[in-house]
Amino acid sequence: METSIWHALLYLVGILAFAGLNAAYLGYCERKGAARIQRRSGPTEVGYAGLLQPLADGIKLMSKQLLVPKGVDGIIFRAAPILAMVPAITSMAVIPFSGNIQARAMELSVLLLFALAALAMFAILLGGWASGNKYALISSTRAVSQTLAYEIPMLFTVITVVLISGSLNLQDIALDQQGGFWRWNIFRIENGHFLTMWISFLIFFICTIAETNRAPFDMAEAESELVAGFMTEYGSMGFGLFMMGEYLNIVVAACLTTVLFLGGWDCPLGLIPGVWWFLIKIYILIFTFIWIRWTFPRTQIYKLLNLNWKILIPFSMVNLLITAVLIKVF
Amino acid sequence: MTVPISPRHDETFVLNLGPQHPATHGVLRVKLTMDGEYIVKAEPVLGYIHRMHEKMAEAGTFAQFMPNTARMDYLHALAFNHGWALVVEKAAGIEVPPRAEYIRVITVELNRIHSHLLWWAANLLDLGAFTPLLYAFDDREQVIDLLERVTGSRLTYSYMRFGGVLNDIDEDFIAGTRAFLVRLRERMPVFYHDLVTSNIIFIKRVKDIGIITPEMCRRYGVTGPVARGSGINYDVRKDEPYSVYPHFDFDVPVFHECDSMARYMVRVQEMEQSMRIIEQALDALPDGPIMAKVPKMLKPEAGYYYSAVETARGLLGHRLVCNGDKNPYKLKLRSPTFSNLSLFGEVTQGMLLADALAFLGSLDLVIPEIDR
Repeated sequence: METSIWHALLYLVGILAFAGLNAAYLGYCERKGAARIQRRSGPTEVGYAGLLQPLADGIKLMSKQLLVPKGVDGIIFRAAPILAMVPAITSMAVIPFSGNIQARAMELSVLLLFALAALAMFAILLGGWASGNKYALISSTRAVSQTLAYEIPMLFTVITVVLISGSLNLQDIALDQQGGFWRWNIFRIENGHFLTMWISFLIFFICTIAETNRAPFDMAEAESELVAGFMTEYGSMGFGLFMMGEYLNIVVAACLTTVLFLGGWDCPLGLIPGVWWFLIKIYILIFTFIWIRWTFPRTQIYKLLNLNWKILIPFSMVNLLITAVLIKVF
Repeated sequence: MTVPISPRHDETFVLNLGPQHPATHGVLRVKLTMDGEYIVKAEPVLGYIHRMHEKMAEAGTFAQFMPNTARMDYLHALAFNHGWALVVEKAAGIEVPPRAEYIRVITVELNRIHSHLLWWAANLLDLGAFTPLLYAFDDREQVIDLLERVTGSRLTYSYMRFGGVLNDIDEDFIAGTRAFLVRLRERMPVFYHDLVTSNIIFIKRVKDIGIITPEMCRRYGVTGPVARGSGINYDVRKDEPYSVYPHFDFDVPVFHECDSMARYMVRVQEMEQSMRIIEQALDALPDGPIMAKVPKMLKPEAGYYYSAVETARGLLGHRLVCNGDKNPYKLKLRSPTFSNLSLFGEVTQGMLLADALAFLGSLDLVIPEIDR
């Protein structure tokens, strides 16, 4: 791998631009998508079809005073929103967008991604704790118990993928799935993996919704119960960073799903693979996130945990066992 | 999920829910003593929007109190109009022409559909579903437009007069109402039942949550859809008929499950029954005047008068004391939501915060009507 300073700088700027654009415009897409579903038109005023709305929102948020209420742990309160952004952006360094677009190919990139995902939880925990607000505190305890619980089935399903590919390197996992949709992990025909992998995919997808705190699993910011959850005391760019971090987590989750299950940058029919296929796949996944959010009511924290401990974890364990047996048999 | 809990005193904390909180839909404050996410004690605190409406009634003439009635239950304002008109007509001995009575029933029932639609939307919002709110508001907008045509206002109507109504309804209103009924019947199965009633998450959130036993209903004086969701077959329109309700053939939906789902089903089916009443009233609408001959200044004979109507939330009683003057001597309202809220503390003991708020939504509270 080339390691010149220009390579690093190019990727740094590229990833920051990709992250910034996504964080800003996913908010716009979400509003437009929700508006379509709800038979409204969404933002229309700022720019053509409201396309400059994220810019206007950004300027508004940045020009507001960063209010730090009394009785708040000042340092942690200010640091938490930054902590919400950092892991998500860092994760993008190891994601293989195509065969030759990847900032850093690491041997253990899957592990790194999950470590960073766990770090993202700290932002919510610290933000909620430092706010000195009871709603924020309840929200952050919910977020922690939810994230911890859902990491277990998520990792079990990832292990099935790792077993099939024989590597913890995202690039190798994606390369292993090249050559048409029948080689993607979700539909993999060889060794009969399609029997179990779609279950893995389903469990993984449910877990990513829970991990990113999206509806119907948005326990941490259930506005009818906890006002705004851990963000209650945040205004200005503190709030803005939390929102951007949330969208970036969704992007990372979609990227990870694409690489692990949907063949990365591979074309479904094995023709002209490239980064565009990767982008199409992640935006279809992101649209699904938006679609689900604006269709379903919220679940309840204990039902959410029951779903995890009583259904997802047993299923993912059995799934892992069957996958391992299939690999051994064939 | 209700569990018996006996927390240590130093492990509980007090959570102030409201008076400004997205789930209380108004200025209700609930003082919650919590053990983690479980509620140990819930104490509704009222008075944040108290405006002394009953005292205001004593200060003005009978007619001057009519606009106040709409400011109490702003979601079913016409029923409050109707209740006040009925008790004063009883006191002054005014006969209302049949056409006026029919128009009253049509508008009140339209208003009831509007109220239930808004409750449906708000309840779903409490459960975290935002999209159904806009579908319901789409339908609600039609009702408001129709009522605006005849009453002149969109929310706080002062449409009823002692002895009749303010404006007559025209052919456009009748055609519009029929079109609305067809439209709502078409949309009901798709936008309401497919999307929400049969949704697994929704069912899990409301089934077996917030059990109100019939015994509890009697103790707290619960009426309306909340009581009918607990198996109590009581509807003022059927059991103590007023106006021209006896002329119409309609059912009173009663469910025996006592949970939030039962209350949900009662309200959804009541919309259907209201549509039936409106259809029959439109078909049988008599001709004639819309106002009786009423003296300019009402001076009812001294005495005690009482009348009750069924609002979207339950029994609304007016107890009027007259002393032969042009002002009411005393007025006491018995509003349904006050009783319906009073059981909140007992039901939510040991409940999760999330379930308690879903339950609060199923009670269909209108806070200005509790505080008056």
